[in-house]
Amino acid sequence: MSLLEITDLTVDFDTEDGLVQAVRGISLELGEGEILALCGESGCGKSVTAMSVPRLLPPDTTRLSGSIKLDGRELTTLPESRMRQIRGKDVSVVFQEPMTSLNPSFTVGYQITEVLRRHEGLSRRAARDRAVELLELVGIPLPARRIKEYPHQLSGGMRQRVMIAIAVACSPRVLIADEPTTALDVTIQAGVLDVFRDLRDRLGTAVILITHDLGVVADIADRAVVMYAGRAVEQAPVTELFARPRHPYTLGLMNALPSAAVNGRLAEIPGMVPSPLTDPDECAFQARCTRAQDDCRSKRPQLEPQLPDDHLAACFHPGGRS
Amino acid sequence: MILEIDNLVKHYGQVRAVDGLSLSIGQGEVLGLVGESGSGKSTVGKCVLRLTEPTSGGIRLDGRDITHLSRRAMRPLRRDVHMVFQDPYSSLNPRFTIEQIVGEPLLHHGIASRREAGGRVAAMLEQVGLRPEMRSRFPHELSGGQRQRVGLARALILEPKLVVADEPVSALDVSVQASVLNLITDLQREMGFSCLFITHDLSVVEFLADRIAVMYLGRIVESGPTAQIFAEPRHPYTQALLSAAPVADPVRQRERRRIVLGGDVPSPVDPPSGCRFHTRCPLAYDACRTSEPALTDPRTSGHPVACHLVTADHVPDAAQNR
Repeated sequence: MSLLEITDLTVDFDTEDGLVQAVRGISLELGEGEILALCGESGCGKSVTAMSVPRLLPPDTTRLSGSIKLDGRELTTLPESRMRQIRGKDVSVVFQEPMTSLNPSFTVGYQITEVLRRHEGLSRRAARDRAVELLELVGIPLPARRIKEYPHQLSGGMRQRVMIAIAVACSPRVLIADEPTTALDVTIQAGVLDVFRDLRDRLGTAVILITHDLGVVADIADRAVVMYAGRAVEQAPVTELFARPRHPYTLGLMNALPSAAVNGRLAEIPGMVPSPLTDPDECAFQARCTRAQDDCRSKRPQLEPQLPDDHLAACFHPGGRS
Repeated sequence: MILEIDNLVKHYGQVRAVDGLSLSIGQGEVLGLVGESGSGKSTVGKCVLRLTEPTSGGIRLDGRDITHLSRRAMRPLRRDVHMVFQDPYSSLNPRFTIEQIVGEPLLHHGIASRREAGGRVAAMLEQVGLRPEMRSRFPHELSGGQRQRVGLARALILEPKLVVADEPVSALDVSVQASVLNLITDLQREMGFSCLFITHDLSVVEFLADRIAVMYLGRIVESGPTAQIFAEPRHPYTQALLSAAPVADPVRQRERRRIVLGGDVPSPVDPPSGCRFHTRCPLAYDACRTSEPALTDPRTSGHPVACHLVTADHVPDAAQNR
């Protein structure tokens, strides 16, 4: 049994324009100690999928169906009071922007010890000692001094490390990291990615990494799911995915990178993403796809095993690099 | 030379954003100005456009000294230099139609009547790949990529000699970014403008720039032809920057030697003594802490470096001495 199992998850949002279908039936599994990347462009549903796990979506406007099981326990139907015990303890989250997700009026130490006292029932003193250890774990120099500082006194990279320290304070089984290095400089990013790798190696933390950056995926993930218009279009171990991308969208993303320029030109993906308000019975990518044929316009391809069979793609005409 | 910057200094109160920077851009040349947050790269762009008054130093635009021109004296010169901003959402007036936004510079400089402007706007929109019916739309009706095309159309409608582009593709998804980068390349070839392209993204300048200048804490540490900078980076900071940007190929990425820099970027309020990079440089020795290296060119011409360790017969390797 996998640590986390998401089955046929759909998430719709009530908006003024109608029902936005953010996630349209996604199933995925996360193993113990695995780093799984959810990648895709803005609006593909990667963040909504991940945030469904700790139930951090606005309750009034969200309509969710499907199943999310952590260690075999269904999370979608748990009462909020039980969910609160899981959030921050079994499942925790690191957000993109460390400045807005830390409370500016409390010290770093307070914000770390708060979780420890609440979830682990540690005494003030024990929590403080543990906070220093945690800051050390995420590579913050002079941790005993840093815990007395406020977020504004830290640099962006240091703040993100503090966020990670808070997120891993209770040794969560699953850590969800939403674009955790996107706001950081590259020389800082490398260090923060090392922290995730290190946590996985030392504590066995499983990580869902939400990112649009294929370089980050290549660097750190074990397996990746590529999402498009609310669905998974391809899923594979990372080396396999980059060596043999099967879905034309995945291939398009890889070829659009500036580093993939051929004769001074980049491969573009023509057209735009389809409306999130309608879901015709067709491949959502067909209008932009060079391989599209009649079958792509008349029914929707399902995610199916390719060769090797841990490589899945939702395409009637899967291929290799062309 | 279209742009010549000589020993530019810009201090905001105590913050030494740009602290003695010289560079030049020739006719039709694209210079990529690369640096991390706080390096002062955007401030350079603002000084060139005289959106801010330089503290000292000189800026010459097409041979004319514009360093301390009054707003009034600067006005006619604004035909020659235009800017493209990072965020296409906040840099277009939401109450203007696309036609008004793109045509405004023509009316502003008294170059065309309202009627004549219409024709030029239509031609310009076609050149940036926007359909004619976009003319009557408002910015909020456009996608991010379309808005950035509008930003380009507005910047280019007066056929400026110099375009300052500050992270123009950083807010865009990869597939959209590819089409905007292709467009910039095409327009630059057709119209022949010079370009100061400011970015943190090395892969983008590798694709686009003829020459690259790398900034660290308000100064240039290395500059040279793009291919040379990528093939043979000489400054330890450039080497670290190149090694830290992950490549989208898991096999290669995981075998790469990475130079992980210690610590954070020091504050530009109180930059380190000697070489500004010495606090993070894995190769720093005594001289680096006390004397500031000049930007010199001891090896080949056209590839100056500001590092004590670079001599006529030695190039440091930041990955080795660790």
